[in-house]
Amino acid sequence: MKKGMMIGFSEFKRMFNTPLAWSVLAVLQFVLGLLFLTFMEEFISVVQPATATSANPPGVTGIVVAPIYLWAGIIMLAVMPIMTMRLFAEERMNKTLSLLLTSPLSSTQIVLGKYFGILLFIFLVVALLTLMPLALTTGTTLDWGVVLSSSLGLLLLLSSFAAAGLFLSSLTSQPIIAAVSTFGLLFFLVVLYLSGNTQSNGSEVFIYLSHFSHFLPFLEGVLNTSDVVYYLLFIVGFLILTIRKLDNDRVLG
Amino acid sequence: MSASHTRALIEASNLNRYYGEYHAVKNFNLILKKGEVLGLLGPNGAGKSSTMQMLTGNISPSSGTIIINGFNLLEGPKQAKRQIGYLPEQPPVYRDMTPLEFLKYCASLHDIPPAKMQSAVNDAIERCVLQSVTHKLIGNLSKGYQQRVGIAQAILHQPEIVILDEPTVGLDPIQITKIRQLIRELGNDHSVILSTHILPEVQAVCDRVQIINHGETVFSDSFTQLAQKQSSNSIVVGFEKSVAESDLQQALGQFKALDKITPLENHRFQLDFTAPTETHLLYTLAVEKGWGLTELKRQEETLEQIFMNLVHTDNAANQPQISDNLTEQVS
Repeated sequence: MKKGMMIGFSEFKRMFNTPLAWSVLAVLQFVLGLLFLTFMEEFISVVQPATATSANPPGVTGIVVAPIYLWAGIIMLAVMPIMTMRLFAEERMNKTLSLLLTSPLSSTQIVLGKYFGILLFIFLVVALLTLMPLALTTGTTLDWGVVLSSSLGLLLLLSSFAAAGLFLSSLTSQPIIAAVSTFGLLFFLVVLYLSGNTQSNGSEVFIYLSHFSHFLPFLEGVLNTSDVVYYLLFIVGFLILTIRKLDNDRVLG
Repeated sequence: MSASHTRALIEASNLNRYYGEYHAVKNFNLILKKGEVLGLLGPNGAGKSSTMQMLTGNISPSSGTIIINGFNLLEGPKQAKRQIGYLPEQPPVYRDMTPLEFLKYCASLHDIPPAKMQSAVNDAIERCVLQSVTHKLIGNLSKGYQQRVGIAQAILHQPEIVILDEPTVGLDPIQITKIRQLIRELGNDHSVILSTHILPEVQAVCDRVQIINHGETVFSDSFTQLAQKQSSNSIVVGFEKSVAESDLQQALGQFKALDKITPLENHRFQLDFTAPTETHLLYTLAVEKGWGLTELKRQEETLEQIFMNLVHTDNAANQPQISDNLTEQVS
């Protein structure tokens, strides 16, 4: 496990050796910052005056904070494939994978190490995003339960994106193919959600299988064990597939 | 890890490797003793790289066993892999790291304790002469330096066995000499397997050579034994003046063992004898006849000839194989 974490730290550090991680973080923060500003503007100039006199007016957490997390999840549909595409595909393309394969490491250690590296990046993304609601504490009080559950939900959502991306990256030696197929898979799950919600013949099964149906309760501050388990199963499933793929590579080459 | 001196460091027996239908390595056996430098030779696509990948656990053999310093590579891969340093055809270096960062990372992958890390890294940097580039990005280094970082990575953890796949490709002549020296040095207290296309390199650094063709070992011998076999019975003579073949035939009548005269270009002839000949008699003969001897040389069977004989004879017959070989290189 210690060595897995070491691989993870090294991966994390290497992301910042190239401009990739910097520019991704910068663009994410810029776009989400603008969105945040828009929602705030709307809340202050429209929602608050209109509902101030009602008995139970909606708070800033529900109107501004939760949508920001939802949008972050949606944007990461496109961003996560770019971060995960390199993990194995680039190592294959540059023939550097044999460094790890020759070292006294098991496939499990290699896969967990790589995954740990991308998890560190996800933590950073969520931490940077959480700075925005935190900035509101100077002027108002937040519903901390919702902020925490939204953060946890986003962490789980992005971790599941990463697990899928890690697996698809292990299948190919072309990072672009890994990115495109990861995006395809993630978007397919969104389409499942949309088709499940259609008026005509929506199916509960489709909704249940999709990512976002398990993410939305977190944004309302509802913490369902079944939602957490969905993500954990998703993650563990793809990690096991990746480990199997690496083992299989040695046999089939 | 008690490596007794008598036991072989690598014992690979009956290795087979298929890529789909293609039988890349056939019943391959290899024994490597401590302190031995083994040269692995063969044309492109002969199965050298596949063999090396199997010995380092990068791919697993379709059948066969590999024992590395007493550890079974297939059953206890972690312990076996601790004994190995491997430089693949393309150095496995991360282009976005500096050599110093990279070697520290490798040191931790190979369980080198933090206390010893600095000295191990420094030692590898010194041995591969990387001092001047330790803080530059590997991606910005020349091919030769990248190769040397790759070699540094392979010897960093002081493995019992160092496996190098074409280590001198892309190096300048001075570096080549240095790397060969390094390989010889490694051969003193480690064992080395080296694959290369450069035949003089094998002669310069290896104790033993194993030639592979179409996945099979076609030649395996030590250089001392090779030297004994080398004195062949062919002699090349060259003359100042043009000498007719029939004249030569006549003049050489006294040599009972003469088998065949083959004219070569520039008044030169190859004389094949059936038994060892006293070369000085040819010299005296040429002086008597006033032919003006310019060349008198025993045709030795060099490694190059052995290689050509073994590999080239069936090249024409195996043209369709080339496409298979290519796919093997790709996969």
